[in-house]
Amino acid sequence: MDIENYIELVFNDYTLRTITLGTAILGAVTGMLGSFAVLRKQSLLGDAISHAALPGIAIAFLITGAKDTNTLLLGALVSGLVGTFWIRGIITKTHLKSDTALGLILSLFFGFGMLLLTFIQKQPNANQAGLDKYLFGQAATLVESDVWLMAVITGLCLCVLLLFWKEFKILLFDKNYAITLGFNTKTIDVLITSFIVLAIVLGLQTVGVVLMSAMLLAPAAAARQWTNSLATMVFLAALFGAFSGVFGTAISASQNNLSTGPVIVLVAAAFVFVSFIFSPTRGLLFKQIRYLKNRRDLALHKTLAFMYDIAVNHQNKSHPHEIRILNNFQGFSRGTLKSLEDKNYVNIQGTTWSLTEKGYDIALNLYNQQNKTNE
Amino acid sequence: MNSAQIEIQLIACLVAVACAIPGTFLVLRKMAMISDAISHSILPGVVIGFFITQNLNSPLLILLAAVTGIITVILVEYIQKTGLVKEDTAIGLVFPVLFSIGVIMIAKNANDVHLDIDAVLLGELAFAPFDRLFISGVDVGPKSLWVIGSILLLTILLLLAFFKELKLSTFDKSLAASLGFSPVIIHYGLMSVASVTTVGAFDAVGAILVVALMIAPAAAAYLLTTDLKQMLFLSILFGMLSAISGYWLAHFLDASIAGSITTMLGILFLLVYLFAPNKGLVAVMFREKQQRTEVSLLTFLLHLKNHDEQSERHVKHLNEHINWQKIRSTTVLELASRNNMIEIEENIVSLTSKGDKFTTQAIDYIMTNEDAQIEDMKKEFFLFRG
Repeated sequence: MDIENYIELVFNDYTLRTITLGTAILGAVTGMLGSFAVLRKQSLLGDAISHAALPGIAIAFLITGAKDTNTLLLGALVSGLVGTFWIRGIITKTHLKSDTALGLILSLFFGFGMLLLTFIQKQPNANQAGLDKYLFGQAATLVESDVWLMAVITGLCLCVLLLFWKEFKILLFDKNYAITLGFNTKTIDVLITSFIVLAIVLGLQTVGVVLMSAMLLAPAAAARQWTNSLATMVFLAALFGAFSGVFGTAISASQNNLSTGPVIVLVAAAFVFVSFIFSPTRGLLFKQIRYLKNRRDLALHKTLAFMYDIAVNHQNKSHPHEIRILNNFQGFSRGTLKSLEDKNYVNIQGTTWSLTEKGYDIALNLYNQQNKTNE
Repeated sequence: MNSAQIEIQLIACLVAVACAIPGTFLVLRKMAMISDAISHSILPGVVIGFFITQNLNSPLLILLAAVTGIITVILVEYIQKTGLVKEDTAIGLVFPVLFSIGVIMIAKNANDVHLDIDAVLLGELAFAPFDRLFISGVDVGPKSLWVIGSILLLTILLLLAFFKELKLSTFDKSLAASLGFSPVIIHYGLMSVASVTTVGAFDAVGAILVVALMIAPAAAAYLLTTDLKQMLFLSILFGMLSAISGYWLAHFLDASIAGSITTMLGILFLLVYLFAPNKGLVAVMFREKQQRTEVSLLTFLLHLKNHDEQSERHVKHLNEHINWQKIRSTTVLELASRNNMIEIEENIVSLTSKGDKFTTQAIDYIMTNEDAQIEDMKKEFFLFRG
């Protein structure tokens, strides 16, 4: 199946179109809200919430006895929120640290959810099959109404985000300042946390409980590498998330036996990997290049300074000296000497060198910070 | 109780103890979420090991999985060191990726492999007694009992051998380093033990219960004591208690044993969280209420000291002037007179000599803000205490 064929299929085939749209929207909304989670150092909250949502699904099923997606997701939302606020309670009211609180709620709620799921499985109710799809997600079960729901909630998120943009931003970067300005930080905090919970719950059906946290983190972590502006970061994260959804769906659709959730996560991880390495300012590759360049410059300066120390003792600045006498000095190498000559700082004649007028001036002001130009 | 039931409870107890020991240190070192990451990311190791050996209990599989666990820790630390993202983001990125790789590997070979993700994540303790170990034809007990038993033995030996190093590096890393104990080695040693325990236990109880058994007993114990040995002891006790009660809960509900044990752990933690003597929610709220009253009392006494005129010191007037609710004013008044700090004559409140002294010292404390002074004051003028 080639790409053109596939694109045509995306537009014509109901299932594929629904799934592609669904995962794209999901990626966008989780990327958007994930930016806030990452910047607020709440990255693992997503993991905890998605696990904590499981008992909600089971309880919603036990109460209603129906497998309607919206009801189950409502249950998940409630138990996700309960989990979140319990985590907060543990952190603020006891001396247990946030990692312990997260791990506790995550494992305890999930275990309780599993107890309920196995309990439901033993019930004489033919309707119960398929609840475990929420564990690992099944994008194939998405229908058009689910995508509509996602779209509506994404729209809602976007509106709230735009409406409270400056409040969110100030809370994110300077909470104390926000308090002194009279913003009700508690309400803003609850609002943004609730939306993060909402986004996570939305993704349970597609990506599942276990992998949902990566959907929240990966696009945001990738976007963070490219920019220092919040608006750009949110936008980029939404873009990366949406692309992860589309590419992930395409890859998993092109092969047999490839579940969508894990593939989407791997695609998102690939985005992170590329960003980590190739981002121009923060990326590892350019950092390394800058590091090497600085080291070379330093070696050059050291040689020049050493030459200056020798030349300053002579009346004639450009008195030629033997190259041999530089050998004791570590910064000297054929390469640095050559590049010094290229910059017209020294003259090389046979086995001797001499500082030029320009080289002498540069060396004199090397530590005066007068020559700002980076060599 | 038949022998299978006893064996299941025995395995559950051993797992609980084996998890509680590294769990205590993970909680104290603020690395609880690492156990969650390890428990997920061992999946690819398990799958590769399973492809090679076709046996879920083979030592090679445990080794491979433990190596994956350590790789997770190294990866997390590497990403964190680059400074591109924070530690928690690094954890959150690494384990879903490794887990996804594992899931995909299983899915691609689903037809010819007898390995279920559910089994890895959730385990099935009920089947553990049927997988028995035979040594030269003699039935010596369930395999998982031997696996987890040897891991537990190893953990206990390591704990006894390196207890003081562990304690030191947990509470004062710099001191440990300056005394010549390498915190790095201890860190990776602990991580290895955590990995091996997770791997050894997941077959019986599943990865998620391992996380619960590591964190919950230790967290509950941490709310009850600040002594390391007591904490270890308590978390082992809590772990075993919920293992056994969880088994019986599962028995009555006919549901997953791992799920029930976790639920029992949850109930246990909730109880401790609410009712722990000093650090429980009820105790904390009670103390906060007391402190509020104490601060109110101080404000009130300062007010008395500052005002000599009778109109300012009338009981009714106080009620309006400092803007307190009626109940609050009554509480404060009662507390003050109980401590002999004020006298009330015909509804006019005045400071006693003791109250006057107290207020002077309190002002001193507020001005200098030195902790030593408040400690003395607490001893001299007990309010609620004692």
